[in-house]
Amino acid sequence: MTEQRVSYTLDSSLETVDNAEEKATRIATELGFTDDEVMQISMAVREAAVNAVLHGNGYAPDKKVILAFEHKGSDLVITIRDQGKGMDLSKIPNPLAPENLLKTSGRGIFLMRSFMDVVEIRPSQTGTELKLIKHVHESRAGGKEASQ
Amino acid sequence: MSMKVGSRQVDGVTVVDCSGRITLGEGSVILRDTVRDLLSKGNKKIVLNLAEVNYIDSSGIGELVSAFTTTKNQGGELKLLHLTKKVNDLLQITKLYTVFDVKDDEAAAVKAFK
Repeated sequence: MTEQRVSYTLDSSLETVDNAEEKATRIATELGFTDDEVMQISMAVREAAVNAVLHGNGYAPDKKVILAFEHKGSDLVITIRDQGKGMDLSKIPNPLAPENLLKTSGRGIFLMRSFMDVVEIRPSQTGTELKLIKHVHESRAGGKEASQ
Repeated sequence: MSMKVGSRQVDGVTVVDCSGRITLGEGSVILRDTVRDLLSKGNKKIVLNLAEVNYIDSSGIGELVSAFTTTKNQGGELKLLHLTKKVNDLLQITKLYTVFDVKDDEAAAVKAFK
């Protein structure tokens, strides 16, 4: 598989969330992931985009979301970076805890972790970067390459 | 495809047929407004038919939880009907399957109200 990277700079809007999901669906499909895996990847990217647009940038029109897809070795590596104040990792709830089950929010990171092989969260004072990795299995190595 | 809803009465129970996506934005808002409208009109026995809901994100899950608790807090009951595999899987991994009353038969769902 040829290594390839595509990057997008997106506005802090709801359209960006849909846009990010659509790009993830297309690229994961082109890489030959199964339908279930494509759904998992696109949902993880959607949740990451929601975090960036809503919780990171707070819909601020002057702040951008940087979304990148990289086909690296046997991995699909997706990074989503916002320009917010940086996520407070100590405030990420466990949505499976009995006291949190009926909360109406706080499941995004959990879903990303459920669907991806690796989820790394790197907060800083200039924003949060989420790295999502899904392993491409050898049987799918013949999939079409991602293209912009 | 955005979210669409239509409601009908079956033996004193309101069945809300939902289709499309329940996601952050329009989909979640439509579901929220629909349930609030039903409750404000005294319709407190609600079945959400999700047979045609092909996608739901964490915001949509939150909206289902909100609909469930809002209805319960007003003395009503809300049940889920005909989950697609995707929605079913999501409710399983979030452990919400045990919280919601999930049915796969409409007549049984309607009968199950006290």
